[in-house]
Amino acid sequence: MADAVVSTAEPTRRDFLYLATTAAVGVGAAATVWPLVGAMAPDADTVAAGAPVELDLTPIAEGQIVKVFWRGKLIFVRHRTEAEIKAAQDVNLDALRDPQPDSARVKEGHADWLVVYGNCTHLGCVPLGNSGEYNGWFCPCHGSVFDTSGRIRQGPAPINLPIPPYTFVSDTKIRIGESGATA
Amino acid sequence: MNDHHHATTYVPKSAFAKWFESRLPIAGLIHSSFVAFPVPRNLNYFWTFGGVLFVMLVLQIVTGVILAMHYTPEATKAFDSVEHIMRNVNYGWLLRYLHANGASMFFVAVYIHIFRNLYYGSYKAPREVLYILGVIIYLLMMATAFLGYTLPWGQMSFWGATVITNILAAIPVVGDAIQSLLWGGYSVGNPTLNRFFSLHYLLPFMIVGVVILHVWALHVPGNNNPAGIDIQSGRDAVPFHPYMTVKDGFSLVVFLIFFAWWVFYMPNYLGHADNYIPANPAVTPAHIVPEWYFLPFYAILRAIPDKLGGVIAMFGSIVVLALVPWLDTSKVRSAVYRPIYKQFFWIWVVVCVILGWLGAKPAEGGYVIAARIATAYYFAHFLVIMPLIGFFEKPKPLPRSIVDSVLGPGASRIPVGAAAAPQAKG
Ligand code: HEM
Ligand code: FES
Repeated sequence: MADAVVSTAEPTRRDFLYLATTAAVGVGAAATVWPLVGAMAPDADTVAAGAPVELDLTPIAEGQIVKVFWRGKLIFVRHRTEAEIKAAQDVNLDALRDPQPDSARVKEGHADWLVVYGNCTHLGCVPLGNSGEYNGWFCPCHGSVFDTSGRIRQGPAPINLPIPPYTFVSDTKIRIGESGATA
Repeated sequence: MNDHHHATTYVPKSAFAKWFESRLPIAGLIHSSFVAFPVPRNLNYFWTFGGVLFVMLVLQIVTGVILAMHYTPEATKAFDSVEHIMRNVNYGWLLRYLHANGASMFFVAVYIHIFRNLYYGSYKAPREVLYILGVIIYLLMMATAFLGYTLPWGQMSFWGATVITNILAAIPVVGDAIQSLLWGGYSVGNPTLNRFFSLHYLLPFMIVGVVILHVWALHVPGNNNPAGIDIQSGRDAVPFHPYMTVKDGFSLVVFLIFFAWWVFYMPNYLGHADNYIPANPAVTPAHIVPEWYFLPFYAILRAIPDKLGGVIAMFGSIVVLALVPWLDTSKVRSAVYRPIYKQFFWIWVVVCVILGWLGAKPAEGGYVIAARIATAYYFAHFLVIMPLIGFFEKPKPLPRSIVDSVLGPGASRIPVGAAAAPQAKG
């Protein structure tokens, strides 16, 4: 320490160069890594493929589940029966792992339509419709059970099947990928 | 004998060899590492799997590079290109079956190699770094095999990739970012396949790099041996060539026959029929099971009823392997002289096999309970049993030397020259 103070001019310049070089290398390395990692993020095509998709609901019969894709992700559109809606509503919320009333999972006035992402929230398998103890979905991979509102009831999945952004364009048509004013 | 800095005994013969050696002494390095290198005279066949592993790695690279000349890493073409390899490419069926079954055989060899280390205490000082490099190679192998399995883009490829990338998403804070960087999209898709192919090509060469470090770290202290005691005199050792080269060679031939039996008689037995169905993101196969070599870890993952907990347990089951040098408190290396550890070692092996069996069963009812018990035991073996045995166990008396352990007590006093020396016969 004392040495550094005694020997003045020369070492100071060297110290400066040393620090400046280290800083330049550090910034340069960070500036190089940034685009390298950035190039692995979803590219422009993939993002653009996320444009909203429209779905005509008229051909979907009561009790039927239809699979559609948006942004490469699977979505279930389920035309629920009276009994299924009732089962989804008559649930003690305290008993749920991820408590959510059925009314928060459908659009107002459209309780007969349930639109949820189709990949199990455990590890992403596709659950089988109209099966499991609650007649909602049953995931064959590790046994998660979902009810007719897509809520997790048993098994390892941590949360309910999420709801994608969508909106009713008319009573018989939805647009997925866009959360309208009614959301 | 522990003098690893011994000058090489290699003597270049031709003028060219002399000229070259004085510029790049690589022939001398090879000679001192794989010809004159002294190895304990009591090494058994469990010591031949390092050589087998090396050959398997080279074979995977050679078959893989040729497969890559015909394979198309694009989601709509990958499946067809693998069928093209199977039907149209000359010997394509052979290359693919060698590569697919070769991955399985690679794991057979690595498991024997790892169990050998745990039985004979090869992880103990001074071989901790050598051992940890081995665990790193094992991790890289698992990553490589997983990535390779996604390439044919069949149903198992697709759903295996989905399940494993979802596992990574459970990592707190950075999980989602990692998942998105691996997917290159919002789900497993074409960008995922592309980068998995790139990484599948890259990782084996990283394995080669770590293998070089592994062998380097081996050649500092030299081999452990079934008696677990150090080489003390020249008579405890034999030169690597011809003793080990012949033993390794014989073992390799037997292993390759075993390998060929799978390739030619039941090439699809170790795979899954569902992988001959093209990937379909709308339907999951009824039974998702990983390749056999991942089954124990899969059972551990599913045993824990919590997503993050399961992931931690699964990675923990490998991390704990890397900590073994410090969890084992016994001074004695070889289980041959450790009556209690020996029994617990075999119980642990059985538990690993049970975990593997459970990993292939559906995750329900009694299977889940059994998997929980086996998982708890797996960790208890390392974290509780291993440290405790070291304190309570009374080891059997160790032989005075390696020669004694082979020829009986007192052998170290028999005059030199009794052993054959084929290497001296030119
Ligand atoms: C550590 C060494 C390696 C292991 C353990 C390994 C493992 C695997 C596995 C398990 C598969 C799936 C086989 C199937 O079911 O069809 C595969 C496929 C493939 N691997 Fe490798 N691999 C290794 C090295 C390489 C290398 C160095 C390349 C060079 C590019 C390569 C290229 C390929 C290709 C093109 C495929 C797709 C064709 C096919 O499925 O047969 N592999 N690999
Ligand atoms: S992926 Fe559905 S239960 Fe694991």
